Amino acid sequence: MQKSGGAVILMQKNSNSRKEQDILDSMEYFVGDAEIIRNMAVTPTRIPFDDEIVNFLNDVSRTLLGMREARAYPDVVTLAFWMRKASVLNLKKRFEKKDGDMHLGRGMVFHIAPSNVPMNYAYSLVSGLLTGNMNVVRLPSKDFDQVRIINRAIEESLSRFKHVKNYICLVRYERKREINDFLSAMSEVRMIWGGDRTIAELRKSPLMPRAGEIAFADRYSLAIIDSDVYLELDDKQKVAEGFYNDTYLMDQNACTSPYIVVWLGSRKEEAKKIFWEKLHRIVREKYSFQPIMGINKLTSSYLTAAAYPNVKIEDCQDNYLVRVKIPEIVDGLMNWKDHSGYFLEYDCGEILELRTLCNDTHCQTIGFLGERETLFPLLESGIKGVDRVVPIGKTMDFDLIWDGYDLTERLTRTIHLDFS
Amino acid sequence: MNFEEILQISPYSLEKEEKEKILTDRLMELTEHHRKNCLEYARILESISYHKGNVKKCSDFPFLPVRLFKELSLKSVLPEEVVKTMTSSGTSGQAVSKIYLDRTTSSNQQKTMVKIVSDFTGSSRMPMIIVDCPSVVKNRTMFSARGAGILGFSIFGSRKIYALDDDMKLDVKGLMEFLEKYKDQRILLFGFTFMVWQHFYKELFRLRKEGIAFDLSNGVLIHGGGWKKLISEAVSQEEFHTRLKEVCGLNYIHDYYGMVEQTGCISMQCEYGHLHASIFSDIIIRKPEDFSECGIGERGIIQVLSTIPESYPGHSLLTEDEGALLGEDDCPCGRKGKYFKVMGRLKNAEIRGCSDTYAEKFK
Repeated sequence: MQKSGGAVILMQKNSNSRKEQDILDSMEYFVGDAEIIRNMAVTPTRIPFDDEIVNFLNDVSRTLLGMREARAYPDVVTLAFWMRKASVLNLKKRFEKKDGDMHLGRGMVFHIAPSNVPMNYAYSLVSGLLTGNMNVVRLPSKDFDQVRIINRAIEESLSRFKHVKNYICLVRYERKREINDFLSAMSEVRMIWGGDRTIAELRKSPLMPRAGEIAFADRYSLAIIDSDVYLELDDKQKVAEGFYNDTYLMDQNACTSPYIVVWLGSRKEEAKKIFWEKLHRIVREKYSFQPIMGINKLTSSYLTAAAYPNVKIEDCQDNYLVRVKIPEIVDGLMNWKDHSGYFLEYDCGEILELRTLCNDTHCQTIGFLGERETLFPLLESGIKGVDRVVPIGKTMDFDLIWDGYDLTERLTRTIHLDFS
Repeated sequence: MNFEEILQISPYSLEKEEKEKILTDRLMELTEHHRKNCLEYARILESISYHKGNVKKCSDFPFLPVRLFKELSLKSVLPEEVVKTMTSSGTSGQAVSKIYLDRTTSSNQQKTMVKIVSDFTGSSRMPMIIVDCPSVVKNRTMFSARGAGILGFSIFGSRKIYALDDDMKLDVKGLMEFLEKYKDQRILLFGFTFMVWQHFYKELFRLRKEGIAFDLSNGVLIHGGGWKKLISEAVSQEEFHTRLKEVCGLNYIHDYYGMVEQTGCISMQCEYGHLHASIFSDIIIRKPEDFSECGIGERGIIQVLSTIPESYPGHSLLTEDEGALLGEDDCPCGRKGKYFKVMGRLKNAEIRGCSDTYAEKFK
């Protein structure tokens, strides 16, 4: 009896490992291989900002900046600068804990990158590496040049940093439940980009009891501009370019992209005229407009107008830019947001009028141009939303504090030391 | 001029200036009517600072994107006056348009359709083959676009037969008997383009190989609903015509362009393959970038105008279809008014963003 029972267990084990093999084989590997994933159970974690990792990232950065192809993509160049040694050591200064305890990576981090943007996967991976973890990253389903270029640089640097190999595996697979199950079950932290739907999909796959999760849900963001401060600026063109990057660069569909512009101060109309004219010129020059976008934005603006009295749709000459002025901030305003260059606009007299908009856990970033004191009554009013306030033009700049999470804290664990 | 008076005019008899004047008057009347009776419509007009004094011609009227009817319940009559609600054909999970009809609008749709279609088929009724299944028209208060089309065209039929059963199988025996009985008469066939191809043509083609042939050389086929599904099967309009002629001798085939949001005002295809706007309606082609008007031959978004809708604000709509104006008042078929072609539906936007798009918000 005992013997046959043992045989059953052995057979089960065999069939489990065959199943495991099938799952591992069903993924497409861009960096690393199945063996690396399997080894992750025994690969040692590292301390945050480990020297070898820092040097490796610096090497990837150098490799990228040396590639002619990479330099054609400003977003790749930005990443390369962000991960070079000087910049990482600044992060180290900000985030390294000097509390006498030991801090370590947690283990395997399973990253799910969003399918329709190129760069998040790389920032996610670098965050996992810097905090001392092994990383399996599900790459975007779409083919992006940027992804190809960055992966090539990683491969090249790995040939010089053989010990880092076991920490990186970049894969792609169709949305398959069994692969999600498999990678979730072995991860210490699951990091989900891609919004509410993707989070719901991944939540079907259980994690280990002590495993953690960082989920980047659907969010909305706003811009606040003080007209008096704006009109005093010398370089208004720079503001327009920054705002273009905040919005149109990602079809105004990133969680950080402002969808409503709030105006403060005493010279609103004057400021608006200059601000939008400058933006409009850049948009006409750079933005690739798709025919359906005009209809989409007309639909959204009419839906907004039908929902509330006294909405005013501004005349913007064409469909590249659509502005809808709303008479008051009301609940449910975010139901009427849209993308591809569709802006709600609000003339604000008193900063606390924005409380409804910001007292919502969906509210993420404020792109701000003005005096900092102006904002504090709002931020100190006990609001549930707003994770970051950054200058206009910087809303997409990645940081280890992201979406309200301190990633260095979420991706590490602490060995508390008390030898007294 | 009220609608009854417009109805007395022959549908393709007016030249540009005359038509423009009649249409502008009627559309102005409708715009004011809906502004007074539909709160959402009034708010929309207010949001764009609409002034009727600024409207000089048809192209000056504001237009609503058709998708609005999927998101909102727009009506200009009291709920108890609604006699029919029509819905667009959407696959499961998609939002459908809801179009509310009162007695007047519903009956004007019928009358208009008769005027337009009889210009092509003659005014007498004919034995009619409906290329669809009977179950599409079961529920008489909620009409799908397919059901509405069938019922609308049914008034041209003296005797009717459904060519398909509810399993979409061709009723070979029934058809044989029907054709035998009316063999010396002109026969009207009506169906949706895809249904005609998939369940009628293909089956006739198969049957002919088995030695069963149908003679429809006396028939007139009117079909509509778009080519989207057929393009995926790589069937062109020419091929559709020649293949149908080959398989059953059909000589007269008219495509039409219409939508549930403007039932009644269909644009029929003439012998030269051109779609014609009647005096009851008009089309304007607009540039996607700024909605300005396109010139003849220039591809753009189709706006449709209709003199009918009184119970819902659907007299000026921006579709999501692409088309081009071919000419005005000078089609070789002799019909006056604009004639045009339709290229198909605009593509959904491909957008970036960190939230994965599983399904388009409105689709």
